[in-house]
Amino acid sequence: MNSLFLSLTLLAYFGATGLWLAYFLAQREGYYRAGAWVMAGGLACHTLALIQRAWVAGALPAATFGEALLLFAWALAAAFLVLIWRYPIKILGALVAPLAALMVSGALILPARQGAVSPLLQGFWLYVHICLTLTGYAALALAGLGGVLYLIQERQIKRKRFGFFHRRLPSLSQLDNLNYWCLTTGFPLLTGGIISGSLFAQHTQGRFFSWDPKEILTLIAWLIYAVLLHERLTVGWRGRRAALLAICGFLVLVCTFVGANLWLTGYHSFARFLQQP
Amino acid sequence: MNLLLCGVNHKTAPVALREKLACLIPEVAHAYGHLKSWPEVSESLLYTTCNRVEVICVSQAPDEAAARVREFFGRHPEIAPGDLNESFYVHRDRDAVQHFFRVAASLDSMVVGEPQILGQVKQAYREATEHHATGPILNRLVHKAFSVAKRVRGETGIGDHAVSVSYAAVAMAKKIFGDLAGKNVLLLGAGEMAELALEHLKGQGAGRITVANRTLERGVALARRFQGEAVSLEELPEQLLTADILISSTGAGDFLITRDQVKGVMRRRKQRPLFLIDIAVPRDLDPAINDLDNVYLFNIDDLNEVVEINYQRRRHEATKAERLVAAETLKFLHWLETLEVYPTIIAMKDKAEAICRAELKKTLNQLGPLTPEQNQALEVLTASVTQKLLHDPIIFLKRNRRPRNPHQELDLVRRLFNLDQDRGGETTEKD
Repeated sequence: MNSLFLSLTLLAYFGATGLWLAYFLAQREGYYRAGAWVMAGGLACHTLALIQRAWVAGALPAATFGEALLLFAWALAAAFLVLIWRYPIKILGALVAPLAALMVSGALILPARQGAVSPLLQGFWLYVHICLTLTGYAALALAGLGGVLYLIQERQIKRKRFGFFHRRLPSLSQLDNLNYWCLTTGFPLLTGGIISGSLFAQHTQGRFFSWDPKEILTLIAWLIYAVLLHERLTVGWRGRRAALLAICGFLVLVCTFVGANLWLTGYHSFARFLQQP
Repeated sequence: MNLLLCGVNHKTAPVALREKLACLIPEVAHAYGHLKSWPEVSESLLYTTCNRVEVICVSQAPDEAAARVREFFGRHPEIAPGDLNESFYVHRDRDAVQHFFRVAASLDSMVVGEPQILGQVKQAYREATEHHATGPILNRLVHKAFSVAKRVRGETGIGDHAVSVSYAAVAMAKKIFGDLAGKNVLLLGAGEMAELALEHLKGQGAGRITVANRTLERGVALARRFQGEAVSLEELPEQLLTADILISSTGAGDFLITRDQVKGVMRRRKQRPLFLIDIAVPRDLDPAINDLDNVYLFNIDDLNEVVEINYQRRRHEATKAERLVAAETLKFLHWLETLEVYPTIIAMKDKAEAICRAELKKTLNQLGPLTPEQNQALEVLTASVTQKLLHDPIIFLKRNRRPRNPHQELDLVRRLFNLDQDRGGETTEKD
């Protein structure tokens, strides 16, 4: 049953990818709208799959890298659908949908969880920590992807190249506004995630901060975003610099999420989350 | 019956010749007086724009008619007989229809896709109908041309891309600001192009308009036209703080605004984007300004490049439009072909009716007195017999869409029914 929902999710995300790429190339409104519906259908299946997993495991499924990917993909798809409902930056879908599809594929390929989740990793504050962090990641990921589009469009305009990308990408001010919205949404979420996480650590391990690679990297990313937000609000940093910082922050987040789990070891990496059988 | 289109356009004739020819036409009444006096021409329509002078007519004797039009064009005192040799073209039937459709759809224009031409053709058609110069064929042709032009505009992107410098500037502003509503415009110096751009920006909802000019009077006059305010050039640094779009066209010789100046201003503007358009030659704005973040500087060459790219896109869309025109041309020609068979069909029906009447008369004489009902029954009988007999030949004529040799087939039918012998020269004249 679970694999059925997930297969449907994957199918829908790849379908939305195809439709949104077609929209990017052909610029027909119909493709975009069809893509949005397919994506929404995918998100519904995704939600059902997560609920079912949580039901079976009796806990929020976030103990392995694959499970965390699945949750993050859900957050990203949901955040994007909320975004385009309020601020239609349609072209972004051609980046978000394939990313979500790849993450769901990754979750399906990675080995499933062996054994039960350590009881240390259950509890209300931990769930708050996971949810806030992942939704924050999703919003900040959108800012990073929007930053890429901004840099492309800005380069076309500065260099006076009025070709393929120039015509298809939205205006600079739209892309810069995207950066602002995502930053002002994602930063508080990430902050909340960090605070709830350290409270949980204090509660279970007796210390707020353990100098774990994942914690350090997250703090670096948080600082990058804090600087960006501060400069945006006071000096009026925008445009290229804001886009570059958003991309930097996103790259650090990717390192945190992927690198710290695969290459670095620390108590925060998924390998330590399971009870040894 | 032949369609004939002849004249000169911007591709074949220099502007001097077109001007002289266009002068022929102002008294349309005079021109139509000539056209209608020629026995070879049964319908005619004449239109002139700054790029073309063309006459389209329906004629039984196309060669003579073309020679007449040419002679009419050559009658202008300032035109030497040799002038028309290379520039005067004559299109017949299929080519004439296609050419006319292309003109109406703005495919033959100097600026492909420009919208004025359709209005000019409409105006010319109105004049032609006022002088009763058109007939059933041209009326249908012109209305078809209007619908073709409408379809071309709706179904292809031929009119979508800005092909003037001022419009290209507005399109670029939209790529930077998204929405132009409320954006402040600062005009440095005045000039035709700057004013055009200002008009477009105003049309997009631009906010406050400020004009800075060396001579204040000129600035005040311009500002009044756009409900803006005029300032002196000394106030420029202050004005740069609030402006979003700056159009500069003074051509003063040295840079009015330097990179450092803009750099300082950007900090005070809190990095709000600034779009600078320098259409002056020599340039007013330091090209190094473009390196600054959130400042976008375009000079006249950049805008010309946009225009050139958009031209290419229009030409690309034009190939789609050409396909549409070709299809519509074929449809019209088919209608024209069926038009050709009507005289024959009428002649066949006339002949059948005449035979019926004659035979009925003979029979009635032999039968003696009949009741009116019996009389009518006989009439119906003969009428339906001939009708049914003629039904298939008529369908053959009408439905025979693309015969290899339409005239030969028509001729065969006429001989089969002996239509030309019977009625003497009358039908051949109609044909």
